[in-house]
Amino acid sequence: MTNYPDENGRFGSFGGRYVAETLMPPILALESAYKEARKDPSFWAEFDNFAQHYVGRPSPLYFAERLTEYGKGAKIYLKREDLNHTGAHKINNVLGQLLLAKRMGKKRIIAETGAGQHGVATATMAARLGMDCIVFMGAVDIERQKPNVFRMKLLGAEVRSVTSGTSTLKDAMNDALRDWVTHASETFYCIGTVAGPAPYPEMVREFQSIIGREAKAQILKAENRLPDAVVACIGGGSNAMGIFHEFIEDKNVRLIGVEAAGRGVDTDEHAASLTGGAPGILHGNRTYLLQDEHGQINDAHSISAGLDYPGIGPEHSYLHEIGRAEYVSCTDNEAVNAFQLCTKLEGIIPALESAHALPRTLDLAKELGGDGLIIMNMSGRGDKDVNTIAGLMGVEI
Amino acid sequence: MTTRIDKTFARLRAANQSGFVAYIMGGDPSHAASLELMKALPDAGVDIIELGMPFTDPAADGPVIELAGLRALKSGTTVRSVLDMATDFRKDNDDTPIILMGYANPIHHMGYAEFAAAAKDSGVDGAIIVDLPPEEDGELRAAFDQHDLALIRLATPTTDDARLPTVVAGTKGFVYYVSVAGITGAAKGENAAISDAVNRIRTASGLPVVVGFGIKTPEQSAQVAAHADAVVVGSAIVEAFHKNGKDAALALVKNLSAAAQVNRP
Repeated sequence: MTNYPDENGRFGSFGGRYVAETLMPPILALESAYKEARKDPSFWAEFDNFAQHYVGRPSPLYFAERLTEYGKGAKIYLKREDLNHTGAHKINNVLGQLLLAKRMGKKRIIAETGAGQHGVATATMAARLGMDCIVFMGAVDIERQKPNVFRMKLLGAEVRSVTSGTSTLKDAMNDALRDWVTHASETFYCIGTVAGPAPYPEMVREFQSIIGREAKAQILKAENRLPDAVVACIGGGSNAMGIFHEFIEDKNVRLIGVEAAGRGVDTDEHAASLTGGAPGILHGNRTYLLQDEHGQINDAHSISAGLDYPGIGPEHSYLHEIGRAEYVSCTDNEAVNAFQLCTKLEGIIPALESAHALPRTLDLAKELGGDGLIIMNMSGRGDKDVNTIAGLMGVEI
Repeated sequence: MTTRIDKTFARLRAANQSGFVAYIMGGDPSHAASLELMKALPDAGVDIIELGMPFTDPAADGPVIELAGLRALKSGTTVRSVLDMATDFRKDNDDTPIILMGYANPIHHMGYAEFAAAAKDSGVDGAIIVDLPPEEDGELRAAFDQHDLALIRLATPTTDDARLPTVVAGTKGFVYYVSVAGITGAAKGENAAISDAVNRIRTASGLPVVVGFGIKTPEQSAQVAAHADAVVVGSAIVEAFHKNGKDAALALVKNLSAAAQVNRP
């Protein structure tokens, strides 16, 4: 498989460990605990056991017959991460990290969340493992994701409203880092995506790569061949990295990441870091960021709280630079239409995040034609977004 | 060449005194107002000035410095405009060291080599870049070495004996000991722990050790000065300036610096 990141957590010139000195010792301790755990069969036995009986893995690879008919082209398969316990791919990563936290003897778990999916997943595993859980969430996101906020509270987590900066995901991450710096010795910071200081991008990739491993075996069984393309939406990029990783060495498989174009990448209101950003340093890693001409971070915008982040995981920056993956984008409007289309044609309500991948999947289906084969990662389910969609349709619920 | 930093600590040593370091945020609330405060600091007893460069996402800072940074950004502050403050300050003062303090992204965006050259030109003596730990500061350090600028490293309560050599390797000027594991504006660390840490770092680095984070009152300033080569106060000064203006901030600085600069036992 891939031989990066290097020992300094670098994917080419991206990644690294850009944190205050106070956090370096805990980060190095985490790295060494992670390296030991990943070599320990008993760690993976416990992971697999929870993955199967608690998360509900393997998730199905589902042939989306009606979307395929609608697309008039390549066959479209959906990797059904929306069927996981807690409703998204996020639980795969949280499972791995909290088992690691348990191994390290840490009982205080902190996490940041945007859409609330990572927060819910963290609160869930923390409840199951008997750990304390504090979730940092931007005040704006708390407002637009109320059902998830309540779920986290039911699960016993404390949800801390973050009002600094733009009160969204990046600010939640700032506050989580501030908490970690203050309580490093007893706290495990469960980062929700393939970003942050090393070893997070690699570690989260490893816990999420179960998606791609399953998908590869499933598509070989169903179609007896590899897909022509794998498509996934990207905020920080963990569901994309999770499904891409297993296919990176399969050079004939196109890897396509879909960023959130918000109101358009030619406006100031989008979250497409690779399309509209430049390399910089934020939240512990060097990666593509939305920033102004003075290196100050610009606000991201997406209708989907989970994609509303001005950065992207460093491995995506690397795959972008070496040309191994293609990165395109999808606007708010396209995503909302795709949300409704998928719901009506397949009876699957997608997360607004995942809905971003669908328009580009349909474009590609047309481009590839009837012989083509595509896997789209259905990274989460959209129950949490029903209020947002109703609001856009002018419906009171 | 003897630097302003070296001269300052030599003077303090000769007087058997600890020094006082004041942090202010460049451009808060405006370029002119923060420059006026900066120019008045040496007469209020400040031995070294830490000049903050604002950043949108200061993840190591508490709310006082974060809000100061957002006010500075709102007033149009950039890395260049903070350097302009140093240039202006140097017209009347060639003795007080100026240490820039900020985050990596704005200077990474400018380019480390260009930043180092511009900092030297404006009469700056060094910088503390909070999110560049030793593992990541090689490129900036090389650029600073070319211009004889000091890249100041941070040591913290989590910097144990195994890690300390990494932190002090190649460091210049002085070492900044962050006395509490936390963000700026937090509670002060324990005196005994501070004393132990300062001795350990001084021995390992052969450099003066300044101590900051959580120091707000003259009493605390005096307690820390008993162990440290200099005492750093930031949030309390920034807060006083924001709430009560220049005269109040300078009155606080005078009390804090007088408390720090008592002769050592």
